[in-house]
Amino acid sequence: MSNEFILPDLGEGIHEAEVLAIRIAEGDQVKEDQPILEVETDKAVVEIPCPVNGTIERIHVKVGEVVKVGMVMVTFGSAAGAAAPKKEAAETKQKAVNDSIAAAPPIATAVTTAPASGNGKSTMDIRHNGVGPVPAAPATRRLARELNLDLRMIRGSGPSGRVTKEDVRSFAAGSLEGTISGASSQTHPIESKQQSAPAAVQSLASKYGESGGKAAPLTEGGMGAAPIDLPDFTKFGAVERVPLKGIRRKIAQNMMQSWTHIPHVTTFDEADVTSLDAYRAKYENEVKQHGGRLTLTVFALKAIASGLKKYPQFNASLDEKTGELVFKHYYNIGVAVATERGLIVPVIRNVDQKSIIELSKELADLSEKTKAGKVELERLQGGTFTLTNIGSIGGTNMVPMINHPEAAILGMARAAQKPVVRNGNIEVGLIMPLALSFDHRIADGAEAAYFMQHVVKRLQEPFTFLLEA
Amino acid sequence: MVVGEMVQEIDLVVIGAGPGGYTAALRAAELGIKTILVDAMPKPGGVCLHMGCIPSKALLHAAEVINTTQSAAKFGLHFEKPKLNVDELRTWKLGVTDKLAMGIVGMCKSAGVEIINGNARFEDNRSVRVEKDGESATRIKFKHAIVATGSRPVALPKLFKKEADMKSPRIMDSTGALRIEEVPKTLLVIGGGYIGLELGTVYAALGSEVTVVEMTDGLLPGVDRDLVKPLATHLATSFKAIHLSSKVTSLEDTGSGVKVGLEGKDLPESITFDRVLIAVGRVPNTDNIGLENTSVEIDKHGFVQIDASCRTADKRILAIGDISGQPMLAHRAMRQGQVVAEVLAGRKSSFDNRAIPAVVFTEPEIAWCGITETEAKAAGREIGAAKFPWSASGRAMTLAEPVGHTKVIYDNETTQVLGVGMVGPRAGELIADAVVAIEMGAVLEDLIVAIHPHPTLSETVMEASMTAMSRIERNRNRETEKQPTHG
Repeated sequence: MSNEFILPDLGEGIHEAEVLAIRIAEGDQVKEDQPILEVETDKAVVEIPCPVNGTIERIHVKVGEVVKVGMVMVTFGSAAGAAAPKKEAAETKQKAVNDSIAAAPPIATAVTTAPASGNGKSTMDIRHNGVGPVPAAPATRRLARELNLDLRMIRGSGPSGRVTKEDVRSFAAGSLEGTISGASSQTHPIESKQQSAPAAVQSLASKYGESGGKAAPLTEGGMGAAPIDLPDFTKFGAVERVPLKGIRRKIAQNMMQSWTHIPHVTTFDEADVTSLDAYRAKYENEVKQHGGRLTLTVFALKAIASGLKKYPQFNASLDEKTGELVFKHYYNIGVAVATERGLIVPVIRNVDQKSIIELSKELADLSEKTKAGKVELERLQGGTFTLTNIGSIGGTNMVPMINHPEAAILGMARAAQKPVVRNGNIEVGLIMPLALSFDHRIADGAEAAYFMQHVVKRLQEPFTFLLEA
Repeated sequence: MVVGEMVQEIDLVVIGAGPGGYTAALRAAELGIKTILVDAMPKPGGVCLHMGCIPSKALLHAAEVINTTQSAAKFGLHFEKPKLNVDELRTWKLGVTDKLAMGIVGMCKSAGVEIINGNARFEDNRSVRVEKDGESATRIKFKHAIVATGSRPVALPKLFKKEADMKSPRIMDSTGALRIEEVPKTLLVIGGGYIGLELGTVYAALGSEVTVVEMTDGLLPGVDRDLVKPLATHLATSFKAIHLSSKVTSLEDTGSGVKVGLEGKDLPESITFDRVLIAVGRVPNTDNIGLENTSVEIDKHGFVQIDASCRTADKRILAIGDISGQPMLAHRAMRQGQVVAEVLAGRKSSFDNRAIPAVVFTEPEIAWCGITETEAKAAGREIGAAKFPWSASGRAMTLAEPVGHTKVIYDNETTQVLGVGMVGPRAGELIADAVVAIEMGAVLEDLIVAIHPHPTLSETVMEASMTAMSRIERNRNRETEKQPTHG
């Protein structure tokens, strides 16, 4: 009995992945959960665990290859326990039950908008004991067939393990959840290949991915305007062409979507954060003891959530298809994080319901995980507004681009000491430049200015947070 | 003789307009595929409509009415012996099948499926030649072909003493028997399978003395014995004799009857019957259609080898229905017809059905689907089987026919319903409930919770499930009691 392992549907808008590393060879004995492949999707680097115990019969993919959802990646030979005795099957079942308990989301995070799959990496376990057909209705079987999924791989949530359509969908969407890991550069197989490449390629390839593999037009999938022909650059000197892949490619597509669909307007302001920063410095250590990092960004998140409640148009989306405004009654703020691989925007959910300490902890954890490439796919989805802070690098201000399909984005530049006039005296104040880009179809300049003032007021007078709480 | 040849090009040609073929053609047309349907018979519908399912059910209905009038005496309704007009019965039966055939013609017309009459033969894997007596042949070049040529009754040429007797009207196959040319005084049915027993039931009700000779040691080989038993008991009274573990060794038309050589316990060397029906099985029609000119593979029983999408070894040719293997049943072919059309339209379709129901339309009827108890035991599966006797069913009592039972076969561990068997009046209608349950992956609880109308025979499915569930609970309690207490 051979088992084919296919690249499952990776969820929201992810249709393909690039194979970064193959950790196994044909003929290898493998154990369940042992990492066998490393792939990079638009959003993250993912380690794929082995779904079964057995032998690798064939590897169908190569390093550098872009694999599409549904493609066969590895064929497993007969598992040692193919004809598992009954007792073992019962144990597997018990394990599945335990896993499901362990993987059940805690109540606090159960409000997520993503389907609560609760399967984690244990979804890769062979669920069915292999005797007789997997209990599932014909329509469910068809869905699994269309997604190229083996029903035996899916845990059924119905009575006696009956697999429902929802089980199939959430398996397809969440099968790689919780298995995302950073691509540590030491184990990156591209490096060894690069040694033979020219030095110039090395520097570019390390940032933009291997120069091998196929490039595809950016407008693939009917997005954006028709691609424009470029002049022949080689007439003027040597050039190098590197396929736009992975995260870089996704960013390019998102930005094109944002730029072509949203009429952007940006409004600027400044917040005198002198006293806020004094408080921040005063309580920094206390928050640290709780495991958080108290930064101005944390206060900005809180100020934005408060502003979004008062000015809901900035927490909305415009549905171009139906001509409706979609107002969201949840306040999930994305925080732009610069990583080696490109910009990633993980989301902090329900900012309005979280305390300063909670946000300090979550933000620290989120940005650390994102930088390491270890953020869960689920935490990259469901944002309603984005905050970008270039303060740590510098710059006096910026015009941020809206993260489509959101309505607005707030940019924070570096807070710098500047002369301010207070009570007729010139004093030294800590001034933070702010920029709000918004979708002019959804809101007008005056509303944006009010929203901005609302945020500025909270950053200037931290006591206002108390009044709201 | 070849008069001439016309060439037609088409996306899809379906060969055989039986239930599989016409279903495939109609579905393909619905999905936008240009389709031609070729059939050897003048009217579409195949064996099912003209020589099988439909005419036999028409005759069995007549039989049921006759038997009902006789058994009504039990509750004080006394009818006279019915007067039978065989010509009128035959005309009515033909009216039924003609009307249904017209229906298929109409559906094909509105779907844009062209029907061509004639014998089709593959010339290679991209064209078939259709010949019709006295007309020019048509060569159809196709992108894809669906072969649905069905099956025919097994003939037993070795039994005939004289070759001329093979054409004798006294020695019939199921097709001949369904024509009811006359009601013989005595009829021998060779073969105790469902065809022999259904037709035996018809002729017995019409007035024939029916004798059955079956080679194996039981009627309906392969069917769970407990389902066969009530039928066997009934047939023992309605048929003249049933000889099991017996064989027919020779057949000879004497001019006034058929002298039948016999072999078996308590059997004379020969008996003469007015007519004989040979009903020992069916063979697939794969031998005369030029499949040898294609890459299609055929096994030693004559069945075309197919995969779950009904594809053959030749990528242009698909096969469905009786020619594609057992069970040779119209409803299997029809589902396969849907599958192939969808596959050709580029959809991910597959014949992944878990329950193909089987019905024997005798009195009482037998129906089953999913796994049988016999199969489960042979496979060493840990199953349970729970029965509900129809003698406890209110509805069965009111029908004055409390004979029968419903059996649910389930997985002991998961309580998933794996199979259902029934014997009793209208079991063929009731089995659909079980088919849906098995396809949906139902567990016993689902069948218990779903309300079955009262008072109907369908309640017996629910009742049998309840019996099964209480047995499981009892066993679990017993096991818990056995376990030593901790502390």
